[in-house]
Amino acid sequence: MSITATKLVPFDEALSRYQPVMGLEIHVELNTATKMFCGCPTEFGAEPNTQVCPVCLGLPGALPVVNAKAVESAIRMGLALNCQIAPWCRFARKNYFYPDMPKNFQTSQYDEPIAFDGFIDVDVDGETYRIDIERAHMEEDTGKSLHVGGSTGRIHGAEHSLLDYNRAGIPLIEIVTRTIEVPGDKAPAVARAFVNQIRDLMVALGVSDARMDQGSMRADVNLSLKPLGSDQLGTRTETKNVNSFRSVERAVRYEIGRHAAILDGGGSILQETRHFHESDGTTSAGRPKSDADDYRYFPEPDLAPVAPDPAWVEELRGTLPEPPAERRKRLQSEWGFSDLDMRDTVGAGALDLVVETIAAGAAPQAAKKWWLGELARTANEQGKDLPALPITPTQVAQIQGLIDAKRINDKLARQVFEGVLAGEGEPEEVVASRGLEVVSDDGALGDAVDRAIANDPDAAQKIRDGKQAAAGALIGFVMKEMRGQADAGRVRELILEKLS
Amino acid sequence: MSDLTRSTAADIAAALADGSTTSVEVTQQHLDRIGAVDDRIHAYLHVDAEGALATAADVDRRREAGESLHGLAGVPIAVKDVLTTTGLPTTCGSKMLEGWIPPYDSTVVAKLKAAGLPILGKTNMDEFAMGSSTEHSAYGPTRNPWDTDRIPGGSGGGSAAAVAAFEAPLAVGTDTGGSIRQPGAVTGTVGVKPTYGGVSRYGLVAMASSLDQAGPVTRTVLDAALLHEVIGGHDPRDSTSLNVPVPPVVAAARRADVAGLRIGVVTELGGEGFQPGVRQRFEESIELLAKAGAEIVEVSCPSFAHGLAAYYLVMPSEVSSNLAKFDAMRYGLRVAPEGIDGPSAEQVMAASRDAGFGDEVKRRIILGTYALSSGYYDAYYGSAQKVRTLIARDFEAAFEKVDVLASPTSPTVAWPLGEKLDDPLAMYAQDIATIPANLAGVPGISLPIGLSDGLPVGMQFLAPAMADDRLYNAGAALERFIAERDGRPFAAQAPELEVAR
Repeated sequence: MSITATKLVPFDEALSRYQPVMGLEIHVELNTATKMFCGCPTEFGAEPNTQVCPVCLGLPGALPVVNAKAVESAIRMGLALNCQIAPWCRFARKNYFYPDMPKNFQTSQYDEPIAFDGFIDVDVDGETYRIDIERAHMEEDTGKSLHVGGSTGRIHGAEHSLLDYNRAGIPLIEIVTRTIEVPGDKAPAVARAFVNQIRDLMVALGVSDARMDQGSMRADVNLSLKPLGSDQLGTRTETKNVNSFRSVERAVRYEIGRHAAILDGGGSILQETRHFHESDGTTSAGRPKSDADDYRYFPEPDLAPVAPDPAWVEELRGTLPEPPAERRKRLQSEWGFSDLDMRDTVGAGALDLVVETIAAGAAPQAAKKWWLGELARTANEQGKDLPALPITPTQVAQIQGLIDAKRINDKLARQVFEGVLAGEGEPEEVVASRGLEVVSDDGALGDAVDRAIANDPDAAQKIRDGKQAAAGALIGFVMKEMRGQADAGRVRELILEKLS
Repeated sequence: MSDLTRSTAADIAAALADGSTTSVEVTQQHLDRIGAVDDRIHAYLHVDAEGALATAADVDRRREAGESLHGLAGVPIAVKDVLTTTGLPTTCGSKMLEGWIPPYDSTVVAKLKAAGLPILGKTNMDEFAMGSSTEHSAYGPTRNPWDTDRIPGGSGGGSAAAVAAFEAPLAVGTDTGGSIRQPGAVTGTVGVKPTYGGVSRYGLVAMASSLDQAGPVTRTVLDAALLHEVIGGHDPRDSTSLNVPVPPVVAAARRADVAGLRIGVVTELGGEGFQPGVRQRFEESIELLAKAGAEIVEVSCPSFAHGLAAYYLVMPSEVSSNLAKFDAMRYGLRVAPEGIDGPSAEQVMAASRDAGFGDEVKRRIILGTYALSSGYYDAYYGSAQKVRTLIARDFEAAFEKVDVLASPTSPTVAWPLGEKLDDPLAMYAQDIATIPANLAGVPGISLPIGLSDGLPVGMQFLAPAMADDRLYNAGAALERFIAERDGRPFAAQAPELEVAR
């Protein structure tokens, strides 16, 4: 943490002088059953150091063997990113010392990635931006360090560190974009939309859970500023630990303001990694990074080259899901959404959730209403992405089903959402335990209506005189009496019957 | 009871099969021999009497029960300490791994166990297989049984000396630049570096992954072939292992017929720098082969001249990366840096590597780190890889003209301990003739062809990849001609070691 508060230039002001240039690196953990180079299971959340073997622990003499399923996933991913697939490529060793890396080199790919020269198009505010993909390559994940005793959970100040190698050797794909230069005010949203779309693509391909909150998808945000009109690229920073779509957007915004402040003051940007802090949306200095960082890459001599048969690559092309843009177009027409509806849905990262909610029985508009309304608000309050909320599309559809069956109303539905999100169980259970069901029993309602008429004789008289609009006041009284759990439609009918 | 330590593995196997001895008996005799002479030779780093006798007893029991057994079942063997063995220390001759007991068997060892060969122990070696004299072992040098004031070659001096001193009929070695063949030459034993990928590297603690290959160390060519068949073959756990059948090496060793065989004498391997005595024995051997009907052709392989230089870039580059894992974090030596309270992981790594690695290992790590560095990579590692390609082409061109190539294995006979210890370049030059085979991945055999000043001289044959059988055919023929000339098998000339009381 910096001691003095970092001064920022307001976003709009920064953009009046500078053009942001971004580069995104996304690590996607593949959901193969076994690790990249050995037969160990990849399941998340196991006891530390229980999913390890001589190979992923890097014991002397152990040798890697490439997981064919991971290569398949990498190729499908490359094809979905409109990349070329290398007819022949090798793994390379990236050499550096770190305790969570068992061999002190990472088996990765260097100048011969499995996929290269691709692109995807992302939509922001009705505009389409093409993001060029430089490469997508295969590599193995490292283990995890847990630093104990420090205040920050980081290595600095820690008393000791614990190492868990369960993650060591999990297959990763790293997707690297070329530089992204879009109108400055759109940069944060474009970055977010890109990461969001990569996530959707991974899920559609079925190659990864792509859960940013669990670390199975991680984004590094490279950012630099150049004076408007200049061709000279500025010095970049690489912000790590960006664990949600929302954080991607915030990190870009924050770094634009921070860079601008330094440049305005005549300072120069230090090329370094930055850590993003979810709590306040700031970044802090990591380690210096220079282009001279020397990883002494060389071709991995323990592995044979990967040479996918072109016929197999074509076969895999046939297994790709519908391209995102076409899919969006198709869904929009199926659902009867306006352009704005669709843009909002995609922008909120809710497309797949809405698809699944509709598949579970909800009407399109209803599905959109909840995800973009009540749930988006909650996610925002909690600083989470929608998919990370503890509620499933099926549960959302069930709540809407209760409304459609008139067992609850919209107002009660909000309480059901609250209950489900709080872990009180399935929607039915929440309705039962909180006693939220709408009362439509004429006996109970009739008594309340009688009290309403007695309470407001003026309104009653107006209705008798034919001014049905006056019924609203009486309905409001009944709803209040019944703590919102009255069937409003039936109440209205009863009032009109009694005062006809 | 006859002394079976002087028998070939083939003869021991025959005696076991016909019931004239037991594995326990033959294993015990070797353990006794180790007990009697190894304090002078120091071929072994660890002797596993209990484990070897248990395997022997199990084989005897199974044989008695009429079970069908592998041909070499019950014949004891020594294993270079660079191959992992469950429950037995594997130190690679380094302080770094002192006391490390692997939780898994190398594929080679697993195959030996499956075939029922009792493992006598683990043999000494230059630290992490780096050296040509076994003087770089952190546990003290091995001595040459022919003259215990001389080196036994390296890095596999322990395996070669164990076999030469009759402390084992068979041993496994590993050859990265000549570490099986050169010790074979200077100890009067047979050593084979199979085709790269012919024997699994799984569990072979890597020095240079693209060059390392395990192979047989024996006293006869037939014994080497019998062992080659046990340890060879495809291993799904080694991606560089070739998915082809083991060449018919035993049949070739039994055929031993060079009539019509085209043998190429490599111009570049045998001239300047080769001792006159070595050259003389080599020329005599070539004459013996010619007399038996082999067609002798002189072949030039001009790129071999750059082999040593290329090797000393490729090998250290891989070394610098392969040995990075020895960082004191998970296993092996851990040393706290002096004078630092609460040292960081990085400081512990540095202190441990400083204390755990010997000078030769450090020298190669530094060389390799430099060769792979940004800005130097193309000039060093990149150029060396190009030389490898050129050497492979020289081999291809040569094998269009001849069936096998021949040269002295090593430029000199065994030298006195300590002589080259302070002169790394002189030490490196010992591998001039053996290195090209590693760089190109082709197989080679070294076998004894006579003495020079009372010390063994070796000669090597090289063959195309996966034509290992040609080595055994030519080698076994030459072995027979030498024995006929000398009137006794070569090993029978080995000096008796004074047995300690």
